[in-house]
Amino acid sequence: MLHLIIFSVFGIICVAGAVNLLVQRHPINSALSLVVVMGSLAVEFLLLGAEFVAAVQVIVYAGAVMVLFVFVIMLLNAGEEERTRGSQVALLFGIPGVLIGSLLIAWVLVQSGTRSVAVGALPGPPKTIGWLLFHDYLLPFEVTSVLVLIAIMGAVVLASPQESAQEKRRHG
Amino acid sequence: MTPNLHLCLIPLLPLAGAAINGLLGKRFSRQTVSAIALGFCGAAFAMAVWVAAQFSALNIPHVETLATWIRAGGFQADFAFYLDQLSLVMLLVVTGVGFLIHIYSVGYMWEEGGFYRFFAYLNLFMFFMLTLVLASNYLLMFIGWEGVGLASYLLIGFWFTKDSAAAAGKKAFIVNRIGDFGFLIALFLMIQHFGSLNFGQVFLNVAQRGVESGTGLLTSIGLLLMVGAAGKSAQLPLYVWLPDAMEGPTPVSALIHAATMVTAGVYMVSRSHAIFERAPLAMMVVAIVGTLTALFAATIGVCQTDIKKVLAYSTISQLGYMFMACGVGAFSMGIFHLMTHAFFKGLLFLAAGSVIHAVGGEQDMRKMGGLRTKIPWTFWTMTAATFAIAGFPPFAGFFSKDAILFQAFTSPYGSWVYWAIGVFTAFLTSFYMFRQWFLTFFGEYRGEEHSNHADDARTGVPAPHKHIHESPTVMLVPLVILAVLSVCGGWVGSVRFDNFLSPALHSGSPVMENAAATREEPGVSEGLLTSISIVAAFGGLGLAWFLYQRRPELPQKIARALNGFYEAVLHKYYVDELYAILFVKPLIDGSTKLLWQGIDRDVIDATLDNSADGAQHVSDAARHMQSGNIRSYAGWVAAGAAAVIAYMVWVGAR
Amino acid sequence: MVPLSYYLVLGGILFACGVTGFLIKRNIITIFMSIELMLNGVNLSFVAFAAEWHALSGQVFVFFVMVVAAAEAAVGLAVIIAVFRTRETLNVDQVNLLKL
Repeated sequence: MLHLIIFSVFGIICVAGAVNLLVQRHPINSALSLVVVMGSLAVEFLLLGAEFVAAVQVIVYAGAVMVLFVFVIMLLNAGEEERTRGSQVALLFGIPGVLIGSLLIAWVLVQSGTRSVAVGALPGPPKTIGWLLFHDYLLPFEVTSVLVLIAIMGAVVLASPQESAQEKRRHG
Repeated sequence: MTPNLHLCLIPLLPLAGAAINGLLGKRFSRQTVSAIALGFCGAAFAMAVWVAAQFSALNIPHVETLATWIRAGGFQADFAFYLDQLSLVMLLVVTGVGFLIHIYSVGYMWEEGGFYRFFAYLNLFMFFMLTLVLASNYLLMFIGWEGVGLASYLLIGFWFTKDSAAAAGKKAFIVNRIGDFGFLIALFLMIQHFGSLNFGQVFLNVAQRGVESGTGLLTSIGLLLMVGAAGKSAQLPLYVWLPDAMEGPTPVSALIHAATMVTAGVYMVSRSHAIFERAPLAMMVVAIVGTLTALFAATIGVCQTDIKKVLAYSTISQLGYMFMACGVGAFSMGIFHLMTHAFFKGLLFLAAGSVIHAVGGEQDMRKMGGLRTKIPWTFWTMTAATFAIAGFPPFAGFFSKDAILFQAFTSPYGSWVYWAIGVFTAFLTSFYMFRQWFLTFFGEYRGEEHSNHADDARTGVPAPHKHIHESPTVMLVPLVILAVLSVCGGWVGSVRFDNFLSPALHSGSPVMENAAATREEPGVSEGLLTSISIVAAFGGLGLAWFLYQRRPELPQKIARALNGFYEAVLHKYYVDELYAILFVKPLIDGSTKLLWQGIDRDVIDATLDNSADGAQHVSDAARHMQSGNIRSYAGWVAAGAAAVIAYMVWVGAR
Repeated sequence: MVPLSYYLVLGGILFACGVTGFLIKRNIITIFMSIELMLNGVNLSFVAFAAEWHALSGQVFVFFVMVVAAAEAAVGLAVIIAVFRTRETLNVDQVNLLKL
């Protein structure tokens, strides 16, 4: 019972945050809504017994990635969106497509009638996750670390300020 | 064991001459070109003479196969040559007269451009004509048939820059084609029913059939063959090309349109005599067509003023006689007349060419006159020919024409109607030939002093050349030889000629054998009929003398008196105009409106154009998908993903 | 006791919102954030199934997703900065030089 209440409350907060992201015109508002979403998702993870993932969600996702977003918004001084004419296709095909897709999935899910999930604890200590990471999933782990390295380098190169022609001549 | 006479060489030698002159002649001098042309043609003639010398030692018919040509299922046709009495006669006539005309042409065409081309075409013609005559099956004959049509087209349109000459060439070829269509259908019928086109097999097959009453297979074949012959030999209704063919140089008119090509039809009908003898209806059609053509052409010839056109209509008329002979069953008489006609008609054309050459290109007889003292050799040779064609004894034409008229009267297929029309036509023939004789050679010279030496009514650069001169020797020698033949050619006599040809022409004909067995004495004696035809000949001479020598103002008065009728005859009974309205104009209109505009332009071209346009429109529409707008790409992705999910759900739910 | 399908529906709603945001928003940073939203929805599904089947691999996979999302965000934002420098705009409709 409590399970259901907590799930519903934080589920509603999640959806509200997501809808708010769509509705807001200023990107900073959208970013903060997204943080709300991530926070409530962390609680959902806890309900499902994934403490480690919840922690990583809050620390990495909400704490690092969103902060990065906010920094960029402030750096670029993004203002409110103008209402320009966009793509008709997106509105015409995309939104109905999304609706149809999600309705279909929802219908399938409701039909299949799954059994309930208990408010669970991790089926094992967090040590197990570590074990999995460094044994069964070692290769993806290492590849992902290389990926992150590349991303860092790419970000540095792309975002570094470009020298103007004068500076080039001066450095010569 | 039959000796190999290398018959194939007889056509192939002129072909070699044509090839050499045609491909390399441009660089040769005139002497070289003439030497090559005359050499190869003369060689063919020499070979023909040599073959004739060997003739009695051969098995007749003598067949030589050169190579296999078609072998398709049960049907076989080879390059094979056939020698019997009939083809021997044709061979000698074609090579002999052809050679003489080649010699004449050297002199006649000396001043012309395209000298090598002329002789190449002339030799090419000899090749095709000899193929036609020596062929051992109808298919090879058809090749020769078509080939002489081609050579005729090339030679009629020799001066192709002249519009009327080019048009005349086309007309000849197209009208011939109509006849060839009939010939082809006959060939198809033969293949279907006899299984072969070889003379031997066809005639064997035909001999096993009886005489048809009414219509049947043999009648159909005969009628269709006659259609082909009518086209090639200028009979009603396909004669219209021959007068126009006078646009070609005079030696061409002599060789092709008098002596040899137009006689191909007569040869073909005679060769197929076995078929005709068993199809009385076809024979009757042949005789009627021949007789009517003879009369029709003779009436037109009476009013013509161009010296060559008179001879053209005269040719049509004489060919009508030959078909009349074939139609009444006297095939050998038809061939006899073919031979004598080759002599005197060839001579008439060559002499006319000599006259035209002498007066510097003028062809209208009303502008000639009094030439007999100025060009005596031409005069005397042409006189011989004129007397021959009019049927005066003892000239050649008398014997053959008289034999035809006699057979027309007495043959079981004949009737006195043919004879009567034939006699009247003989009278007309004599009349218009002597009319031409008087107008050209007697009286006062009515033309202006000619100023150039060019031939055949082409405008050339005028050069001061004021006298009428005789032709060079190279042109006169063939005239003399042909004149001698015109005089003596008939002396072989119709009976001896008939006996010579009978193995070829009388084998196994039931009706003729019946007739020979039950021949009753004709009610009228041959002597009476002969004298009537002699009277007709003299009558024509007398009337011509009266109208054109004695009282030259009379023809004009008569023409004015018979005004409407005269105009019709003068305009050749408006047949050309009729054909233009009935056939030519609808054909051209149909081609333009239906075939070109309707189908080619509006269907085929439109399909291609429209499919190209359609492709362009489709790509134009599809272009809008790549807009560079990220959101629209995202929209497409979302829509596509939704479609995939829907499909998977649907699949999973089944 | 919450049925599994509730969690999945919630994940689906988040995903749908993310796609919708991607389609209707004009600011490129907002579009990026919509992408993050989509990834979050997917993460929820993974964890839900991991709980359902008592398989920890689901959670490990979520870990990887988060790492990749972080790397992608970093690079993507760097690209946005570079584009902003040249085009002076964050409106995605105006970055359309690739149109035909």
